[in-house]
Amino acid sequence: MTDHQLPPSEMSLEWLRSMTLIRRFEERAGEQYTRAKVGGFLHLAIGEEATIVGTVAALRPTDYMIATYRSHGQALARGSEPGRVMAELFGRVDGLCRGRGGSMHMFDLQRRFMGGFGIVGGNLPLAAGFGLTSDYLDSDDATLCQFGDGASNQGTFGETLNLAALWSLPVVFMVTNNQFGMGTSLERHSAQTDLQRKGEGFGVPGLECDGMDVVDTWAVTTEALRIAREERQPVLVEALNYRFRGHSIADPEDYRSEEEVLEWSKRDPLVTFGDRLVAEGVLSDEQREAIDLEAIETVDAAVAFADASPEPEPSSLYDDVYVLSDQVRGWYSADHRGAGLQKGEDLS
Amino acid sequence: MAEMRYREALNQALAEELERDPNVYLMGQDISVFGGAFKVTEGLLDRFGEKRIRDTPISENTIVGLGVGSAMTGLRPVIELMTINFSLLALDQIINHAAHVRYMFGGQVSVPLVVRMPQGAGHQLGPTHSHSFEALYLHVPGLLVAVPSTAADAKGLLKTAIRDDNPVIFIEHETLYGQRGEVPDDPDFTIPFGLAAVRREGSDVTLIGISRMAQTAERAAEQLATEHGIEAEVIDPRTLRPLDLDTILESVAKTNRCVIVEEGWPHGGVGANFAALIQEQGFDDLDAPVGRVTGVDAPMPYAKSLEQISFPHEEQVIEATLALFGDRKRASRG
Ligand SMILES: Cc1ncc(C[n+]2csc(CCOP(=O)(O)OP(=O)(O)O)c2C)c(N)n1
Ligand SMILES: [Mg+2]
Repeated sequence: MTDHQLPPSEMSLEWLRSMTLIRRFEERAGEQYTRAKVGGFLHLAIGEEATIVGTVAALRPTDYMIATYRSHGQALARGSEPGRVMAELFGRVDGLCRGRGGSMHMFDLQRRFMGGFGIVGGNLPLAAGFGLTSDYLDSDDATLCQFGDGASNQGTFGETLNLAALWSLPVVFMVTNNQFGMGTSLERHSAQTDLQRKGEGFGVPGLECDGMDVVDTWAVTTEALRIAREERQPVLVEALNYRFRGHSIADPEDYRSEEEVLEWSKRDPLVTFGDRLVAEGVLSDEQREAIDLEAIETVDAAVAFADASPEPEPSSLYDDVYVLSDQVRGWYSADHRGAGLQKGEDLS
Repeated sequence: MAEMRYREALNQALAEELERDPNVYLMGQDISVFGGAFKVTEGLLDRFGEKRIRDTPISENTIVGLGVGSAMTGLRPVIELMTINFSLLALDQIINHAAHVRYMFGGQVSVPLVVRMPQGAGHQLGPTHSHSFEALYLHVPGLLVAVPSTAADAKGLLKTAIRDDNPVIFIEHETLYGQRGEVPDDPDFTIPFGLAAVRREGSDVTLIGISRMAQTAERAAEQLATEHGIEAEVIDPRTLRPLDLDTILESVAKTNRCVIVEEGWPHGGVGANFAALIQEQGFDDLDAPVGRVTGVDAPMPYAKSLEQISFPHEEQVIEATLALFGDRKRASRG
């Protein structure tokens, strides 16, 4: 349900490609998890593709984007190589973070995708920090920070919105309201369920978008970014969406009914947007299938790449604990190897 | 050399680094107009303006997180927290993010952040304002930890901290702010991390003092010499991460005895950690178990009489040292 016109057809098709890639990537990641190729937690964004792609489409390449532990899609949409995202899930050296972060901690500095954070609400202060850097350096880069409905109950939410408003920081805070924080539904965790209003007391205006509609998400986020960038003030955007899969892979989903999931799945962002493109003559059925096949092939290649990538060397265990220099020449440790400057970590 | 107070030395370090690098900025509660709870940042607002000397709301965790974000993107924030007790509210950002984002993201970013804060007892501020938590931060890989005990070290180490690309926990001491000391004038005077200072040479026992306790150990050493004929070597590690273990082990190899003095709690303390390292690395050099003198294992009480017996003084250091010598030296006491 959107009143917005479609963007130019090449752009529309690009968005469909991006959403399709995320969908197929996530499905395959889930599959790889059941085959024990992926460890730890795996939070999939199936159902939330429009929120991701619409948001990224509104950003400039130099804008900072920061998200949560549910952010394979954000990395892909920002242009990270699918093979490297998959390799990170596999814990391999060619992973985006060389196998140090895993599913919850994607990061791609080159594309200004600033993570990937496992602490609910922990990323909001960092977003304000990116905004401060932009402000301090007189740049017109903006920051977009995504977090969940559950995260809006953290202290960092209020603290960060207050600071961002007080210091006029160019940050768009986007609460992706997928109706649940794990198994706790919105009305059971937040006294104010109209989340776009949750910033009012801090002087942060709210906007709402249909997070199941890539065009609406793009249009609203574009306006929010304009306000942040030009009027130098933070904005809170509530993106209403739904995740079709469980919170993480192991989730029996006792907290919601099949009917509810079915009802929302009628609004599947991939299907509705594809249908619209066909209806408006931007996309043929053959093209639609070709886009899907292309995504599947990309994901196949990503899995093959990840599979071929080596495991990290044990000798790299201490890499990047510190920035080494004359000042900190190595990793002065105490472990089974004894105490002292560890071999291979001394620059001198 | 110029004589100045510890707080003035810190102020000078901040001013020099603000002058040197336009990306260095300060933020904290009441640091600008008010000049800082302990007046360390006094006068900096007038000199550098409110863009670079920023008062913040009372939101410790978010202030540190904001610092981490700005450090990840090119700035060099120096954050003041009013006391180390309040840093507990910021532990999430300090440990989960400041210390770990570089590692967790495979080395793609660094976090050149300094968090400055005072610790310590002696001002009758009771159980929420008087603790010593260097052991807490020593525990965390990814952080550097400095514990300056003199005005010169305060200046030299703070300048190094600001120039370093790692996150630094910079622990000052409330009772040292007013103390005077000689400080080099050179604006490029810095002290490297991981280099202990030998405050006093001696051949009978090694005393290691952490933070303010380096001074307590030094005074105890004088008394040990004059009253007991024991020559103590006093070492101030100055930074706990990285740690100059070599200097400590060399000293213990010479003296064969060691006592560690700290203000914090005994369980999981700095002394516990050092004692483990020394016995692992220098067991053959030891003629006696490694001794520890710590704060008492209780929250910090308000009453002056109780507070004073809750952290180490020279008497406890002397007692713990004599215990390592058994009866031979004890006998020579009178
Ligand atoms: C500080 C913290 N507390 C608890 C958790 C465990 N946890 C992970 S995700 C989650 C639910 C978050 O819900 P929401 O913010 O709505 O995001 P969503 O997962 O729905 O995208 C919880 C409780 C955590 N990771 N961090
Ligand atoms: Mg949610």
